[in-house]
Amino acid sequence: MPSQVKRLLLLFAVAAVALILLRHFLVPKSFGRYGHYRADAVGAIAASELRYSGHLVCAECHDDIAGTKKASKHAPVSCETCHGPGYSHSQDPTENKVSVPSGRERCGYCHNYDASRPTGFPQIDPAAHGADEPCASCHNPHQPELKVETPSCEACHTEIARTLSQGHHRGLNCTTCHGSGTTHQVDPKNIKPEMPASRDFCAQCHAEDATGPKNASGIEIAPRVESVTRVEKAPRVDMAVHGQDYLCWQCHFPHLPEARR
Amino acid sequence: MEELLRQLAEALKHVTGFIYPNEIELHWGILIVLYPFITGLVAGAFILASLERVFNVKEIQPTYRLSLLTALAFLLVAPLPLLAHLGHPERAFEIFLTPHLESAMAMFGFVYAWYLMVVLLLEIWFDYRRDIVLWSESPRAWRRILYSVLTLGVRSTSDKALAFDQKAGKFITIVGIPSAFLLHGYVGFIFGSVKANPWWSSVLMPVVFLFSAIVSGIALVLLIYMVSSWLRKTPIYMPCLDRLGQFLFYAIILDVSLELLDFVHRLYEAEESIDILGQMIQSRLFVSLVVVQVMIGTVLPLVSLAMLRALKPREVVRKAVYFVMGSIVLVSIFFMRWNVVLGGQLFSKSLRGLTVYKIGIAGREGVIAAAGLTILPFLILLVLVRILPPWIKTEPTEEAQKKD
Amino acid sequence: MTEKPIKPRSAISGRTPEKGSSLTPGHDPLSERLNFAGTRRDFLKSLLKLAPVVGLSALGVGLGQIVAANQEKQYDPTKHWYGMGIDVHRCIGCGRCVEACKEENNVPRYPYFFRTWVERYVETKDGEVRVDSPNGSINAFPPSGVPEQRILKTFYVPKICNHCAEPPCVQVCPVGATFLSRDGVVLVDESYCIGCRYCIQACPYGARYLHPKKRVADKCTFCYHRITKGLRPACVEVCPTSARIFGEARRANTPLWEFVRTHDIQVLKPHLRTSPKVYYCDLDSEVR
Repeated sequence: MPSQVKRLLLLFAVAAVALILLRHFLVPKSFGRYGHYRADAVGAIAASELRYSGHLVCAECHDDIAGTKKASKHAPVSCETCHGPGYSHSQDPTENKVSVPSGRERCGYCHNYDASRPTGFPQIDPAAHGADEPCASCHNPHQPELKVETPSCEACHTEIARTLSQGHHRGLNCTTCHGSGTTHQVDPKNIKPEMPASRDFCAQCHAEDATGPKNASGIEIAPRVESVTRVEKAPRVDMAVHGQDYLCWQCHFPHLPEARR
Repeated sequence: MEELLRQLAEALKHVTGFIYPNEIELHWGILIVLYPFITGLVAGAFILASLERVFNVKEIQPTYRLSLLTALAFLLVAPLPLLAHLGHPERAFEIFLTPHLESAMAMFGFVYAWYLMVVLLLEIWFDYRRDIVLWSESPRAWRRILYSVLTLGVRSTSDKALAFDQKAGKFITIVGIPSAFLLHGYVGFIFGSVKANPWWSSVLMPVVFLFSAIVSGIALVLLIYMVSSWLRKTPIYMPCLDRLGQFLFYAIILDVSLELLDFVHRLYEAEESIDILGQMIQSRLFVSLVVVQVMIGTVLPLVSLAMLRALKPREVVRKAVYFVMGSIVLVSIFFMRWNVVLGGQLFSKSLRGLTVYKIGIAGREGVIAAAGLTILPFLILLVLVRILPPWIKTEPTEEAQKKD
Repeated sequence: MTEKPIKPRSAISGRTPEKGSSLTPGHDPLSERLNFAGTRRDFLKSLLKLAPVVGLSALGVGLGQIVAANQEKQYDPTKHWYGMGIDVHRCIGCGRCVEACKEENNVPRYPYFFRTWVERYVETKDGEVRVDSPNGSINAFPPSGVPEQRILKTFYVPKICNHCAEPPCVQVCPVGATFLSRDGVVLVDESYCIGCRYCIQACPYGARYLHPKKRVADKCTFCYHRITKGLRPACVEVCPTSARIFGEARRANTPLWEFVRTHDIQVLKPHLRTSPKVYYCDLDSEVR
């Protein structure tokens, strides 16, 4: 073997041994146990500090508040959603306190009106609602619903009310098409309001010989604002011909019937 | 961190459309543009050298050793921008200890070590060995020590030993060509294999990177040959220069063809990302891509070099064209890397918005650091040509001949 | 406020895992019981019986460790495969999840680093789609500026690391600092990460960022330190409308399983085949 090759092989052997030694000393011991990573890292990550307790911990001491909240509209809202992280408070309640939101800002994160919020979510216009008073001055945060004789649909369905207000159906009561809604208000997510089911419903006002909507007992339903919405002013169509195979609301948006693309 | 926050706040003002919130920070900046540029120069210079050795292109023989030393100088600097960029450079050795073989970046350790030690250093050693042995008999003490070390203890200059040197060198060069392809191709693969990024994800990426590397390597050697001849006040061997110019011309044509192919393919398929990418080219990348890389950096050199071949003007004109176009080509290839690396981060992966790159002056990722890293290889090269002069051919002394 | 016994302080997480074990639940056995309503009270009662033992706390023998000795349940990662469901209909864009995540996980408060965020989509009748996420929506959203008559539809989409079953970020890590744990959570080993940022580039969802102080990659961990103790991730905990459903992606008769079973499910960027484990229902086609 030429001397060059002998010398070079020697050098490479030295380098290889050095690398093996380095590997032995420098690669962390737990590396590769479960995969190409340091197995001890998992435990280290799992040992991070807790900041939030979870809703059940609060209820252990504050069970009266928890009980009130559970029967209210804020039942699905965790305590820490409004009060912030509570773990250190649960460990030493006298030393560490949670924050107690005051004013209007924090409630606004959820309840200020935004068109993107899903229909039925209670929203208010912060400029018009509550005159700059702290929300808690009228609404108990743990039982926010106010006792009202007949709660209006608008309190939760702000967006629909706003849409409705732009068109000719604004003179109608929600109840005209959707029934009384009393059961719906008890459990809004699970009990849906009545919905018209056929073309005949709209035909009550819009058929050529229509005389106006009637309730289940056959009694005429008066519009809310007669100056705007009266059956005499409703556009009439030949129901046998107009959009024959479709339900009316497959083309016309009932909350804004004039809407054009 | 203050500087970072300030830059991000500034960048946030210039976002158009929508970007994912985390995308405001551009993670791979000028240092990551520099790295493929430098390794591209290494690969290109080496491939040029191998043209002489393996394909016996005699005219460029004066640049052979110079190409090797250039490649070495740049290869030594290549890891530095990467190290400077890492969040934890002190842990960089982990790439050697626990490389994750599924990751193209993990290849870096192997490919770099292989190329540096097995290819470049060995090739230089075999080519210079005879001269090193002779220089180690110099009367000056420091030279004696330095060159004795460099001989690695192998002092034979017999015909057999020299013949082996030639054979070994040729063999290494042949091995070196695919190694050079790998050294720079894997960088292209690092980008090309990222399916999350439609600007990068492409089969052609490693190929385009490699061919643009060859272009830049040829341009660099051409420039260094001209500058070193001028500094040493020796005449330039024009057939060599013309040949280099010719190779540069062909390499640019190859490179442009590949990039045009990618471009046409993208336009034709017109898949989802094309709208935001088109917007990006017309706004954020207009100067760096359309003006610098394409118009000035590709069209102009192509036309000039073509005219040289057609009109065959006199030597002075050719030298001027080679010098100017070689410099322009180098800048153009730098901007090609810029457009790839930064282009991939200037648009949002939501395909709905564009952001900006704010580069600082000072700091690890600043302009000064990048400029320094660009100049450093030339300084190293200056040292290398002193230690291993590519121009001096020594004759064996009487004593050395008697030894063997 | 009625008198209540102040709960005794317990030795809490922070017990360093034993060498060689991948996970000793740095665990607070008390916390483990937190999921079961009622047992907490029984548990407190049983603690009173241990009153003399409580005195030992003064000797530095933690209450948690005493209890642990009685009833140690080792967390077994192979028995879990975590995922998350997102009910787009329920999200109200309040941003409490973003805030809770930053609090729980010490995420820098600047608007450049997020483990989770919420996007608002506004689609207009003439085909324009506007998306925004101001400061990740940590302070909810200002008005979109689009007049309501122009809006065709508008909704919120919470975003988070998808903890893909075939994570491209794990694939590209050069040193093995990020990995898919045995229980299906993609984690980052912050003492091993070299900060090369390749994983951040490889994530198609923008879920990762570089921690500005630690200089390593960071991202949502599904609150690994909480879920291994039987708690829920912070974002799930504070969501007021239960829009996020966390749980077992592969175990029948669990909330996530039922969610996936009873809804039409979409994942983000399915064509990239990353197999995300965050399941959206009724996701609009404009969402990226």
